[in-house]
Order: sequence, then C-alpha cells, then structure tokens
Amino acid sequence: MSTTAPTGVGVSARSGIGMHGLFKSFRGPSGPIEAVRGVDIEIAAGETVALLGPNGAGKSTTIDMLLGLLAPDMGSVSIFGRAPAEAIAQGAVGAMLQTGSLIRDLSVRELIAMMAALYPAPLGVEEVLELAGASAFADQRTQKLSGGQTQRVRSAVALVSDPELLVLDEPTVAMDVEGRRAFWTTMREFAARGKTVLFATHYLEEADTYADRAVLMAHGRVVADGPTTEIKAMVGTRTIRATLPDVEVEQLTRLPGVNGAERRGEAVVLSCADSDAAIRGLLAAYPQARDLEITAAGLEQAFLALTGDGEGDAAGAEPTVRS
Amino acid sequence: MSALLYTRYELLRTFRNRRFFLLSLGFPLVLYFTIAGPNRHVQNLGGSGVSAPLYFMVGLVSFGTMSAMLSSGARIATERSVGWNRQLRITPLAPRAYFRAKVVTAYMMALVSIGALYLAGASLGVSLPAGRWLQMTGLILVGLIPLAALGIAIGHVLTPDSIGPAVGGGVSLLALLGGTWFPIPQSGFLHDVAQYLPSYWIVQASHVALGGHPWPGRAWVVIAAWTALLSLFAVRAYRRDTGRV
Repeated sequence: MSTTAPTGVGVSARSGIGMHGLFKSFRGPSGPIEAVRGVDIEIAAGETVALLGPNGAGKSTTIDMLLGLLAPDMGSVSIFGRAPAEAIAQGAVGAMLQTGSLIRDLSVRELIAMMAALYPAPLGVEEVLELAGASAFADQRTQKLSGGQTQRVRSAVALVSDPELLVLDEPTVAMDVEGRRAFWTTMREFAARGKTVLFATHYLEEADTYADRAVLMAHGRVVADGPTTEIKAMVGTRTIRATLPDVEVEQLTRLPGVNGAERRGEAVVLSCADSDAAIRGLLAAYPQARDLEITAAGLEQAFLALTGDGEGDAAGAEPTVRS
Repeated sequence: MSALLYTRYELLRTFRNRRFFLLSLGFPLVLYFTIAGPNRHVQNLGGSGVSAPLYFMVGLVSFGTMSAMLSSGARIATERSVGWNRQLRITPLAPRAYFRAKVVTAYMMALVSIGALYLAGASLGVSLPAGRWLQMTGLILVGLIPLAALGIAIGHVLTPDSIGPAVGGGVSLLALLGGTWFPIPQSGFLHDVAQYLPSYWIVQASHVALGGHPWPGRAWVVIAAWTALLSLFAVRAYRRDTGRV
C-alpha cells in the first residue's frame, strides 16, 4: 500500500479524485429523501481510501455519482482532472458495484475476454483470472458458479481494464472469512501497482486494515476524514460492563483508560478509550467485579455520538470478547 | 478496443441458450407445417394470388422474426435485473455500440429463423427464382427495423417477469392483424388497419412471387414512420432507465 497522503483540501484535484459539494435527493413516498447533503472528498493518486458508514449513510449514492451512474443535483466530480464519463471512456475506472450478478451462457474466461475487448489497454485475460483467483474455474459457465466464485469473477471484471481508479462498493458483504481475506490480498496487490482505490464498507476492521485513510459518512454528510488510526480512535470506543455494587462511580472514572462511568443498579458501565488498560485497572482495584462484558460500540452508535444526532435508529452494540 | 469482438461474444451467448433458441426457432416451424401442410396444394390462398405454402412461409417468417427482434428486449431486461447494464456503463462501450450489438444479435436470430422457414417452405414445394428469394428477404429485413427499436425500448421499460407476456401478446396481435394466419381482405376495416402495421408489409413480401414490387410507396412510408417513432421511444427509454440527460 502507498503511504498516507495528505488529507482534506489542498491536494491537487488534477492529480487525483475530487468530489465537491455533492448533493442528491430522491423522490420518496413521503417527500424527497436527501441521500447526499454536501459531500466533499479529495483523494490523491495512489491512495487507498475507505468510505465508512452505516447503511443509509449515502455511500452508494456518492459512489454512483463518482462513477457517473447518477447525475448529482449539485456539485462536481473530477477523476484525474477529467469528467467521470471521459475517464470511463478512456478505461481509467474499474468498479465492483454493490449489487449485481453476471450475465449467463459464457465461461468465466469468455466473459473476461468479452469485457477486455471493450478497453484500450486491458490486462491479459489469464493475468486477470490469476490476480482475482478465478483461474481454477475459468472454464465454468457463469451461471454455475458459487456465490464466492461469482464475487471473484466480479472483481476480475473490475480489474480487467487495468484501471487507474478502482472503486469497490461494499465488495465483501456476501463473502465468507476466507473469501474476504483472499479478496483483500488481491486488492492490496493491485493497489501496490500505484493504483488509487476507494472502497465503501461498514466494517471498521476493513477500513483499519486495508485503507490509508477513512472518510466517515453519516446522514449524507462527511462527519470525519483522516488517517485510519485517528478514525479508529474516534469510533473505536469500547464499553466495559460489570456487576460491581457498593463502589462510587467517581472512583471508577479515575481508572486508567476510562473516560466515563455510569451506574445502572448493581452494574456499572465504563466507556473506555483504552479498554485493555481499563480492564486491568478495574480487576486490580476491584477483584470482586464480575459478569464482565466488553462491547465495541457499533458504527451506528459511534456515528450518532460523532454527529451528536439522535435521529435514525441506532443498531445495538456488537458484543466482542477480547482476550 | 473492439466492439466487434464484444458483439461476437454477445452472439455466442445468445446462440448458446439452447432452450430459448430451439423454442424460438422450433415454434414457428411446427406452426408452419401444421397450417401449410394440409393446404400445400392451394395455389391462390384466399384470393391473395400466392400459394398457401409460400404465403404461410412468409407469414410465419413474420411471426418468427418479430419474436426474434423483440427477444433482444427480454435479454436486455434480464441484464438490467442482474445489474449488468450498470456494469457496462462504467466501460468505454458507447450506447451506440451497445445498441448495435443488440440489433446485430437480433438480426442474426431472425436470419436463422428465416433460413429454417425457407427450407421448410421448399420442402412443401415453394420455388422461386434466386433474385425473388433475395428481394423477399431484403424486404423482410427492412420491415423488421422498427421491431429492432421496439425490442430495445421494451427491454428498458419492462421487467423480466412482464416482458414474456408482452412480447408474446404483442407479436401475436401484430401477426394476426398483419395476416400471418389468413390473407387480409382487399378492403374493409381489417385492410385499413393492416396498412399501418409493419407486420402486414413483412407478410406482403411474399407477393414477390407475382413479379413486380410488392411494396408500394405507402409501405416504405409506414416502415419509416414506425422506425422513427420507435427509435425515439427506445432512446427515451434508455435515457430514462440510465438517468442520462
């Protein structure tokens, strides 16, 4: 992966990707739905950026506008200094869209050859199949593939043009753990060739592991934009819950790594910047604490905290057990 | 970049879909032998001046090729439903080349259907000078142009579920009113309606057997008008579907 590039405004729009003042609303059953409400994103050439956000944040709409699949109500998009349609006509953009399947009655190899025929300077068909991990089933008809195999072929379709910009809209949603790992290995390998990659995800871990930078979206806006480590610190807050009667809440807030504490009957709830330090400190000071539970705040909750916005339905926290 | 190679794969996959292919080819053949077989010795069918084997041959060519042209709509609708159109829109494939691939594929299907029915017709005694066969084929192919546009249009308007009945019903109606099943009378309401249908003029191509030109000026105007109208419809449907301005 490339090194972290400077973020935010100031990056030359000519060399990279620029989305400026994007707005998009759709007609809904009860009035217009404002899917994207003023999005500005700059991506430097060679950067790998995660577009992170819960469902309904406006990620897909933003990506559709970047790719020219949707015309923005307001705002502009530039891809390496060109309009999306122009960049696409030159074969500079590859994309794996969120939904979609393959057309039938062709073998995998034929399908990739068919798509390669559309581009001025495609990768070799065998090279793409190898890169996407689809060589083993290249002679199978597309309608006979498993879900995981289909995803590999779809990633081959995205890569075949040897694009300068690769856009992936929640690419791993339908994949199992093994498939996910293989997929990201492929994408890393491709990004290492100096390519620019933008991927949408609602998995914080994916953004953290594979991106140089994360752009957080919620309710159609960018709510944070920075190196993944910063973003992780922002949304990666964990909560410790323990049954611990007869202890003053104020004493608990003085534990290392703890930001705040709250009593709920017999139980206490600690929100932590560093849950490792907090749990050690808690057990050292109060060995009688029991029913320990550590949870990572779900992205939705984290976003609600970030946006200070009570609307929308916050999904429940995802319990995790840390060793 | 080669749109030709793309079209070749498009053809390959259409012809590989055996069930669809055999059905769209086999159905008109079965109908032809069912209708024309018992009437194979009728020399002047219903006052049309054309023998029954020839008349029904071209009648079912009209039926079979119209189905072939509109079947491109079914393929487009299916591709849209799996999101393939969106995928294509992020390739350099221009809308023009995309349409061309669809039209070429539909015409290839139509030609296969024509060839099969010509062979069937010959087996029932249809015999024409080579020039007449060519003239007739040319007129049929011209008569199909508006149907090619209609195929693309409905592909971008209808869903895979609804397009089957739409194509089946549409083709049946056009075939019926165009004279696939019986010669349209020389005057009267049916005659007046048929004058405005491309299917009627496709069926009229069989009149090459009588010598001269089976299409009066009116035929060319009707085909041209339908082509203009349905092309506009196809372009509109495509633009609306893809959100292009």
